[in-house]
Amino acid sequence: MFQAKIYVTLRKSVLDPQGSVVRKSLFALGYHNVPEVRIGRYMVVDLEVADRAEAAKQVKDMCDKLLVNPVIEDYTFELVEV
Amino acid sequence: MKFGVVVFPGSNCDADCLHAIQTVTGQPVEYIWHKSGSVDGFDCIVLPGGFSYGDYLRCGAVARFSPVMTPVIEFAQKGGLVIGICNGFQVLTEAGLLPGVLHRNKNLQFLCHDTFLRVENNTTPFTCRASLGQVIKVPIAHGEGNYYADPETIRQLEENKQILFRYCDPRGEITPEANPNGSINNIAGICNERGNVLGMMPHPERCAESVLGNTDGQLIFQSLLDFWQRRCG
Repeated sequence: MFQAKIYVTLRKSVLDPQGSVVRKSLFALGYHNVPEVRIGRYMVVDLEVADRAEAAKQVKDMCDKLLVNPVIEDYTFELVEV
Repeated sequence: MKFGVVVFPGSNCDADCLHAIQTVTGQPVEYIWHKSGSVDGFDCIVLPGGFSYGDYLRCGAVARFSPVMTPVIEFAQKGGLVIGICNGFQVLTEAGLLPGVLHRNKNLQFLCHDTFLRVENNTTPFTCRASLGQVIKVPIAHGEGNYYADPETIRQLEENKQILFRYCDPRGEITPEANPNGSINNIAGICNERGNVLGMMPHPERCAESVLGNTDGQLIFQSLLDFWQRRCG
Protein backbone atom coordinates (compact mmCIF):
# COMPACT_ATOMS: atom_id res chain seq x y z
CA MET A 1 0.00 0.00 0.00
CA PHE A 2 1.19 3.51 -0.80
CA GLN A 3 0.48 6.94 0.50
CA ALA A 4 0.64 9.88 -1.87
CA LYS A 5 1.49 13.30 -0.50
CA ILE A 6 0.22 15.74 -3.07
CA TYR A 7 1.16 19.42 -3.14
CA VAL A 8 -1.09 21.69 -5.20
CA THR A 9 0.12 25.22 -5.79
CA LEU A 10 -1.10 28.16 -7.80
CA ARG A 11 0.84 28.68 -10.99
CA LYS A 12 3.44 31.43 -10.90
CA SER A 13 1.50 33.54 -13.38
CA VAL A 14 -1.65 33.53 -11.23
CA LEU A 15 -2.21 36.18 -8.60
CA ASP A 16 -2.64 34.63 -5.15
CA PRO A 17 -4.91 36.95 -3.13
CA GLN A 18 -4.59 34.87 0.05
CA GLY A 19 -0.82 34.75 -0.25
CA SER A 20 -0.54 38.52 -0.64
CA VAL A 21 -2.76 39.19 2.40
CA VAL A 22 -0.67 36.79 4.50
CA ARG A 23 2.51 38.43 3.25
CA LYS A 24 1.17 41.82 4.42
CA SER A 25 0.27 40.34 7.82
CA LEU A 26 3.75 38.90 8.18
CA PHE A 27 5.15 42.31 7.28
CA ALA A 28 2.99 43.87 10.02
CA LEU A 29 4.45 41.35 12.47
CA GLY A 30 7.89 42.62 11.64
CA TYR A 31 8.94 40.11 9.01
CA HIS A 32 10.17 42.61 6.45
CA ASN A 33 12.23 40.04 4.60
CA VAL A 34 9.34 38.14 2.99
CA PRO A 35 8.94 39.19 -0.65
CA GLU A 36 6.26 36.63 -1.44
CA VAL A 37 3.90 34.08 0.10
CA ARG A 38 2.04 31.51 -1.97
CA ILE A 39 -0.72 29.41 -0.46
CA GLY A 40 -1.51 25.98 -1.78
CA ARG A 41 -3.16 22.76 -0.78
CA TYR A 42 -1.75 19.58 0.68
CA MET A 43 -3.55 16.28 0.22
CA VAL A 44 -2.81 12.85 1.57
CA VAL A 45 -4.24 10.00 -0.48
CA ASP A 46 -3.92 6.36 0.53
CA LEU A 47 -3.88 3.82 -2.27
CA GLU A 48 -4.36 0.10 -1.97
CA VAL A 49 -1.92 -0.63 -4.74
CA ALA A 50 1.05 -2.97 -4.50
CA ASP A 51 3.16 -1.56 -7.33
CA ARG A 52 4.86 1.83 -7.11
CA ALA A 53 4.64 2.58 -10.82
CA GLU A 54 0.94 1.77 -10.83
CA ALA A 55 0.39 3.98 -7.78
CA ALA A 56 2.21 6.87 -9.45
CA LYS A 57 0.15 6.44 -12.60
CA GLN A 58 -3.10 6.49 -10.63
CA VAL A 59 -2.14 9.57 -8.63
CA LYS A 60 -1.24 11.41 -11.81
CA ASP A 61 -4.62 10.45 -13.32
CA MET A 62 -6.44 11.62 -10.18
CA CYS A 63 -4.63 14.95 -10.27
CA ASP A 64 -5.29 15.49 -13.95
CA LYS A 65 -8.97 14.54 -13.72
CA LEU A 66 -10.13 15.98 -10.41
CA LEU A 67 -7.64 17.05 -7.77
CA VAL A 68 -5.97 19.83 -9.74
CA ASN A 69 -7.24 22.48 -12.11
CA PRO A 70 -4.45 22.83 -14.69
CA VAL A 71 -5.66 26.28 -15.71
CA ILE A 72 -4.32 27.83 -12.51
CA GLU A 73 -2.67 25.05 -10.53
CA ASP A 74 0.49 22.96 -10.64
CA TYR A 75 1.18 19.87 -8.56
CA THR A 76 3.92 17.61 -7.36
CA PHE A 77 3.62 14.46 -5.28
CA GLU A 78 5.68 11.94 -3.47
CA LEU A 79 4.83 8.31 -2.79
CA VAL A 80 5.63 6.62 0.47
CA GLU A 81 5.19 2.91 1.00
CA VAL A 82 3.05 2.31 4.11
CA MET B 1 -39.46 26.01 -25.48
CA LYS B 2 -38.78 23.76 -22.52
CA PHE B 3 -36.29 24.79 -19.85
CA GLY B 4 -34.59 22.50 -17.35
CA VAL B 5 -32.97 23.69 -14.12
CA VAL B 6 -30.38 21.25 -12.77
CA VAL B 7 -30.46 20.68 -9.02
CA PHE B 8 -27.16 19.65 -7.44
CA PRO B 9 -26.82 18.98 -3.73
CA GLY B 10 -26.09 22.49 -2.48
CA SER B 11 -27.73 24.41 -5.31
CA ASN B 12 -29.66 27.31 -3.79
CA CYS B 13 -30.75 29.43 -6.74
CA ASP B 14 -32.63 26.61 -8.46
CA ALA B 15 -36.06 27.75 -7.25
CA ASP B 16 -35.29 31.37 -8.18
CA CYS B 17 -34.28 30.29 -11.68
CA LEU B 18 -37.36 28.16 -12.14
CA HIS B 19 -39.60 30.97 -10.95
CA ALA B 20 -37.90 33.64 -13.04
CA ILE B 21 -38.00 31.56 -16.22
CA GLN B 22 -41.67 30.72 -15.66
CA THR B 23 -42.58 34.31 -14.93
CA VAL B 24 -40.58 35.95 -17.69
CA THR B 25 -41.00 33.49 -20.54
CA GLY B 26 -44.24 31.72 -19.65
CA GLN B 27 -42.61 28.57 -20.97
CA PRO B 28 -42.56 25.13 -19.35
CA VAL B 29 -39.69 24.60 -16.94
CA GLU B 30 -38.76 21.63 -14.77
CA TYR B 31 -36.09 20.68 -12.30
CA ILE B 32 -33.54 18.07 -13.37
CA TRP B 33 -32.11 16.08 -10.47
CA HIS B 34 -28.32 15.72 -10.51
CA LYS B 35 -28.62 11.94 -10.67
CA SER B 36 -30.64 12.08 -13.86
CA GLY B 37 -29.01 10.29 -16.78
CA SER B 38 -30.81 12.25 -19.47
CA VAL B 39 -31.78 15.76 -20.53
CA ASP B 40 -33.94 14.59 -23.43
CA GLY B 41 -36.85 16.85 -24.23
CA PHE B 42 -35.25 20.04 -22.92
CA ASP B 43 -34.32 22.97 -25.14
CA CYS B 44 -32.31 24.95 -22.64
CA ILE B 45 -30.48 23.74 -19.55
CA VAL B 46 -29.75 26.06 -16.62
CA LEU B 47 -27.05 25.30 -14.07
CA PRO B 48 -28.07 27.49 -11.13
CA GLY B 49 -26.08 29.23 -8.43
CA GLY B 50 -25.31 27.83 -5.02
CA PHE B 51 -22.61 25.80 -3.38
CA SER B 52 -22.79 22.46 -5.15
CA TYR B 53 -21.18 19.75 -3.02
CA GLY B 54 -20.26 22.39 -0.48
CA ASP B 55 -17.74 23.90 -2.89
CA TYR B 56 -15.40 21.15 -1.68
CA LEU B 57 -12.02 20.88 -3.42
CA ARG B 58 -12.79 23.72 -5.85
CA CYS B 59 -16.09 25.38 -6.75
CA GLY B 60 -17.84 23.17 -9.29
CA ALA B 61 -15.10 20.53 -9.33
CA VAL B 62 -17.25 17.79 -7.84
CA ALA B 63 -20.53 18.77 -9.50
CA ARG B 64 -18.79 18.45 -12.83
CA PHE B 65 -18.75 14.66 -12.26
CA SER B 66 -22.44 14.41 -11.31
CA PRO B 67 -24.28 11.87 -13.46
CA VAL B 68 -26.38 14.61 -15.09
CA MET B 69 -23.28 16.33 -16.42
CA THR B 70 -22.60 13.58 -18.97
CA PRO B 71 -25.83 14.29 -20.90
CA VAL B 72 -25.47 18.05 -20.28
CA ILE B 73 -22.01 18.01 -21.87
CA GLU B 74 -23.31 15.97 -24.83
CA PHE B 75 -26.26 18.36 -25.17
CA ALA B 76 -23.92 21.36 -25.21
CA GLN B 77 -21.56 19.74 -27.68
CA LYS B 78 -24.49 19.17 -30.04
CA GLY B 79 -25.31 22.87 -29.89
CA GLY B 80 -27.94 22.81 -27.12
CA LEU B 81 -28.45 26.01 -25.14
CA VAL B 82 -26.84 25.95 -21.70
CA ILE B 83 -26.60 28.73 -19.11
CA GLY B 84 -24.47 28.55 -15.98
CA ILE B 85 -25.11 31.26 -13.42
CA CYS B 86 -22.58 31.85 -10.63
CA ASN B 87 -21.82 28.35 -9.31
CA GLY B 88 -23.21 27.09 -12.63
CA PHE B 89 -20.52 29.13 -14.43
CA GLN B 90 -17.90 27.53 -12.18
CA VAL B 91 -19.26 24.07 -13.05
CA LEU B 92 -19.09 24.88 -16.78
CA THR B 93 -15.43 25.88 -16.57
CA GLU B 94 -14.60 22.79 -14.53
CA ALA B 95 -16.43 20.67 -17.11
CA GLY B 96 -14.40 22.24 -19.89
CA LEU B 97 -17.46 23.66 -21.65
CA LEU B 98 -16.10 27.15 -21.08
CA PRO B 99 -12.44 28.19 -20.88
CA GLY B 100 -10.71 29.67 -17.86
CA VAL B 101 -11.47 29.47 -14.18
CA LEU B 102 -13.20 31.47 -11.45
CA HIS B 103 -10.95 31.83 -8.44
CA ARG B 104 -10.95 33.75 -5.18
CA ASN B 105 -12.09 37.35 -5.36
CA LYS B 106 -9.14 39.68 -5.34
CA ASN B 107 -10.15 41.19 -1.99
CA LEU B 108 -10.95 37.73 -0.55
CA GLN B 109 -14.45 38.89 0.40
CA PHE B 110 -17.78 37.34 -0.40
CA LEU B 111 -19.41 40.06 -2.50
CA CYS B 112 -23.17 40.50 -2.50
CA HIS B 113 -24.34 43.67 -4.23
CA ASP B 114 -25.62 45.11 -7.50
CA THR B 115 -23.21 45.50 -10.38
CA PHE B 116 -23.57 47.17 -13.75
CA LEU B 117 -22.87 45.11 -16.84
CA ARG B 118 -22.24 46.27 -20.36
CA VAL B 119 -23.52 44.03 -23.14
CA GLU B 120 -20.51 43.44 -25.38
CA ASN B 121 -22.10 41.21 -28.00
CA ASN B 122 -25.79 41.22 -28.86
CA THR B 123 -25.68 38.57 -31.57
CA THR B 124 -25.97 35.57 -29.23
CA PRO B 125 -29.06 33.61 -28.10
CA PHE B 126 -28.56 35.09 -24.63
CA THR B 127 -28.30 38.74 -25.59
CA CYS B 128 -30.16 39.19 -28.89
CA ARG B 129 -32.79 41.38 -27.22
CA ALA B 130 -30.15 43.82 -26.01
CA SER B 131 -28.63 46.72 -27.83
CA LEU B 132 -24.87 46.72 -28.15
CA GLY B 133 -23.33 48.53 -25.21
CA GLN B 134 -26.57 48.45 -23.22
CA VAL B 135 -25.98 48.74 -19.48
CA ILE B 136 -27.95 46.50 -17.16
CA LYS B 137 -27.95 46.27 -13.38
CA VAL B 138 -27.61 42.72 -12.05
CA PRO B 139 -26.55 41.57 -8.58
CA ILE B 140 -23.57 39.37 -7.81
CA ALA B 141 -23.19 37.06 -4.80
CA HIS B 142 -19.95 35.13 -4.79
CA GLY B 143 -16.62 34.58 -3.14
CA GLU B 144 -14.99 33.01 -6.19
CA GLY B 145 -15.84 35.04 -9.26
CA ASN B 146 -12.44 36.32 -10.25
CA TYR B 147 -12.21 35.22 -13.87
CA TYR B 148 -8.79 34.09 -14.98
CA ALA B 149 -7.47 32.55 -18.18
CA ASP B 150 -4.04 32.60 -19.78
CA PRO B 151 -3.28 35.53 -22.11
CA GLU B 152 -3.76 33.47 -25.27
CA THR B 153 -7.23 32.35 -24.15
CA ILE B 154 -8.16 35.93 -23.27
CA ARG B 155 -6.99 37.07 -26.69
CA GLN B 156 -9.20 34.45 -28.35
CA LEU B 157 -12.20 35.38 -26.19
CA GLU B 158 -11.78 39.02 -27.19
CA GLU B 159 -11.20 38.25 -30.85
CA ASN B 160 -14.20 35.91 -31.14
CA LYS B 161 -16.42 38.32 -29.19
CA GLN B 162 -17.09 35.63 -26.59
CA ILE B 163 -17.15 38.15 -23.77
CA LEU B 164 -20.83 38.97 -23.48
CA PHE B 165 -20.84 41.01 -20.26
CA ARG B 166 -18.25 43.22 -18.61
CA TYR B 167 -18.48 44.94 -15.24
CA CYS B 168 -18.85 48.66 -15.83
CA ASP B 169 -19.85 51.83 -14.03
CA PRO B 170 -23.43 53.14 -14.30
CA ARG B 171 -22.53 55.04 -17.47
CA GLY B 172 -21.11 51.95 -19.14
CA GLU B 173 -17.46 52.81 -18.69
CA ILE B 174 -15.21 49.80 -18.12
CA THR B 175 -13.09 50.94 -15.19
CA PRO B 176 -10.96 49.17 -12.57
CA GLU B 177 -13.26 50.60 -9.87
CA ALA B 178 -16.26 48.91 -11.48
CA ASN B 179 -14.52 45.55 -11.37
CA PRO B 180 -15.72 43.94 -8.13
CA ASN B 181 -13.59 40.82 -8.00
CA GLY B 182 -10.43 41.27 -10.05
CA SER B 183 -11.63 39.48 -13.19
CA ILE B 184 -9.32 39.92 -16.15
CA ASN B 185 -10.65 42.62 -18.52
CA ASN B 186 -13.68 43.12 -16.22
CA ILE B 187 -15.16 39.85 -17.51
CA ALA B 188 -18.56 39.04 -15.98
CA GLY B 189 -19.88 36.57 -18.54
CA ILE B 190 -18.59 34.63 -21.53
CA CYS B 191 -19.87 32.16 -24.08
CA ASN B 192 -18.15 29.31 -25.87
CA GLU B 193 -16.86 29.72 -29.39
CA ARG B 194 -19.98 28.22 -30.93
CA GLY B 195 -22.13 30.61 -28.90
CA ASN B 196 -24.55 28.13 -27.32
CA VAL B 197 -23.09 27.99 -23.80
CA LEU B 198 -23.18 31.03 -21.50
CA GLY B 199 -21.50 31.39 -18.13
CA MET B 200 -22.02 34.48 -15.99
CA MET B 201 -21.32 35.34 -12.36
CA PRO B 202 -24.15 37.90 -11.88
CA HIS B 203 -27.65 36.61 -11.15
CA PRO B 204 -30.25 37.63 -13.76
CA GLU B 205 -32.86 35.45 -12.02
CA ARG B 206 -32.68 37.74 -8.98
CA CYS B 207 -33.73 40.82 -10.90
CA ALA B 208 -36.35 39.66 -13.35
CA GLU B 209 -39.57 40.96 -11.77
CA SER B 210 -40.83 44.44 -11.01
CA VAL B 211 -41.82 43.36 -7.50
CA LEU B 212 -38.09 42.94 -6.82
CA GLY B 213 -37.41 46.50 -7.95
CA ASN B 214 -35.33 45.56 -10.96
CA THR B 215 -36.26 43.79 -14.16
CA ASP B 216 -32.96 44.04 -16.02
CA GLY B 217 -32.34 40.31 -15.69
CA GLN B 218 -35.35 39.60 -17.91
CA LEU B 219 -33.16 40.48 -20.85
CA ILE B 220 -31.37 37.14 -20.83
CA PHE B 221 -34.50 35.00 -20.59
CA GLN B 222 -36.39 37.10 -23.13
CA SER B 223 -33.45 36.88 -25.51
CA LEU B 224 -33.48 33.10 -25.26
CA LEU B 225 -37.17 32.93 -26.03
CA ASP B 226 -36.83 35.36 -28.94
CA PHE B 227 -33.95 33.36 -30.32
CA TRP B 228 -35.84 30.12 -30.00
CA GLN B 229 -39.06 31.37 -31.54
CA ARG B 230 -37.31 32.89 -34.52
CA ARG B 231 -35.49 29.63 -35.04
CA CYS B 232 -38.70 27.66 -34.84
CA GLY B 233 -40.61 30.10 -36.98
